[in-house]
Amino acid sequence: MHRFFHSVILDEEQCVGCTNCIKRCPTEAIRVRDGKAVITSERCIDCGECIRVCPHHAKKAHYDSLSVIQEFGYKIALPAPSLYGQFNHLDNIDIVLTGLKALGFDEVFEVSRAAELVSEATRKILRRGDLSKPIISSACPAVVRLIRVRFPDLCSHVLPLNAPMEAAAGIAKEEASVRLGIPKEKIGAFFITPCPAKVTDIRVPIGTKKSEVDGAIAISEIFPGLSYAMSHLTEIEPIAKSGVIGVGWASSGGEAAGLLNDHYLAADGIENVIRVLEELEDERIRGLDFVELNACSGGCVGGVFCVENAYVAKARLNRLRRYLPVSQNHLRDEIPACMEWQENLEFAPVLKLSDNVSEAVRMMMEIDDMCRQFPGMDCGSCGAPSCQAFAEDVVRGFAKKSDCIFVLRDEIKQVANTLSSMGGLTPPQEKKEDAT
Amino acid sequence: MKPLKLEYHVPGDDFTRAGEASSKVKNILKRMGFDSDTIRRVAIAMYEGEINLVIHGGGGDAFVDVYPDRVEIALVDHGPGIADVEKAMEEGYSTAPDNVRALGFGAGMGLPNMKKYTDELSIESVVGEGTTLRMLIRPAEK
Repeated sequence: MHRFFHSVILDEEQCVGCTNCIKRCPTEAIRVRDGKAVITSERCIDCGECIRVCPHHAKKAHYDSLSVIQEFGYKIALPAPSLYGQFNHLDNIDIVLTGLKALGFDEVFEVSRAAELVSEATRKILRRGDLSKPIISSACPAVVRLIRVRFPDLCSHVLPLNAPMEAAAGIAKEEASVRLGIPKEKIGAFFITPCPAKVTDIRVPIGTKKSEVDGAIAISEIFPGLSYAMSHLTEIEPIAKSGVIGVGWASSGGEAAGLLNDHYLAADGIENVIRVLEELEDERIRGLDFVELNACSGGCVGGVFCVENAYVAKARLNRLRRYLPVSQNHLRDEIPACMEWQENLEFAPVLKLSDNVSEAVRMMMEIDDMCRQFPGMDCGSCGAPSCQAFAEDVVRGFAKKSDCIFVLRDEIKQVANTLSSMGGLTPPQEKKEDAT
Repeated sequence: MKPLKLEYHVPGDDFTRAGEASSKVKNILKRMGFDSDTIRRVAIAMYEGEINLVIHGGGGDAFVDVYPDRVEIALVDHGPGIADVEKAMEEGYSTAPDNVRALGFGAGMGLPNMKKYTDELSIESVVGEGTTLRMLIRPAEK
């Protein structure tokens, strides 16, 4: 699979070439070229911010449809806990889980169960104390990808554990394979996802070679069918087996709270996440053991595939988990290998101007000079998010100066001035005639 | 080779903007491909200096010259000046007022940290006229 597969894509027909997405992209990955938005693959972190802001619905995301499960003999659904927050008046998680079975899944394994195991493993790692603190959560794939392209010093702080989705798939498949005596290849595990970053994480995982998850179905895709199935159940199976901690992972602060440790910080919303990472990098935030970061406001309940308002969903989840045990899933022993990353997070310097520092200094000076020739309004009409980014595009040869409408206007003015002054010129002969 | 010249005005007594200049410098150095250790040292040393401009200098200006093999920083203020530079370099010595300490600053680690993270540091200060602090940071030899 290509290293830079992305779930976030552009629907060219819908795109009118406006400036909404370019202004909001946290890695400045989008430019408008020839009237259409273009995403620079190396820079995109699949946060879904452009999908959220596009008024023309031209930004979309790949995900699997429910029919994908038919390719497997035994089908396991892995619902994200954010799914439970989408339904009004829900008082029993088992209704959702039984509903999923009615849609054709043979088994349902809650991702929140694996989340409790990840919480326990994180507590063990914190006690062990051999990682640089603060440890930064690796649960949000967009945040991990953001750190990978923008924060080289923080790569070693990222929790080297698979996110609950990945752990859930591994555990569920292993258990089913043993219980049913069928090979793991015949078992398909499908994540019911709140966000496109998870879709990407399955195709091109970080920390592990190949994901155990076989497909990702958007919450928005499954919601209508699932709602219908849930209201036509004849009996409700007792499937749910997670506690307050696991279900809490759906919203910001939930993962950190599961560490039962006061020395943490939880931030959500991509702009806030960036601010925290900047300050962590400068060692201006001290005395913390753990940092939980979610690209979406509110946490996973704020994912772009969620159908309900993030804060409404969060309130519902708080109510739903109120009388659950604290945690219903525990590690038997040490952290199993399947939960740990096999590869370290490596910095990918995609924003670097040049491999040669001297060349980079020269380019930066040129960018600086050029930037002064632009109005500094960051209007976006040139297709770049800011005058600075545009200057960089010009220096790198991706754009030309006259793409700036202010520069173009000045050029036209000069041409007009030249023309009008030429209009006043007369050949010597004519002058002679005038004289007579 | 001519350096990339960066200039920032740091307003005095406005804590909400303290750290802005060093953050910008850091992001520019990242784009230029400096190694992360060098960037971290520049960012921390300059941040400390910037905070000093805000707390003690009544504001001032930061001049940063970026060469491929070094970063030179000059922080210039026209504040009260430092009476005893040697004393100011001691760890834990601080003249920061209480309201600043309440924000978590004023631990007396500013100048010692700047010294720790830079290859060269010099202070010219005249009481009643102001202070110019110069720092030089070289990327470690590979």
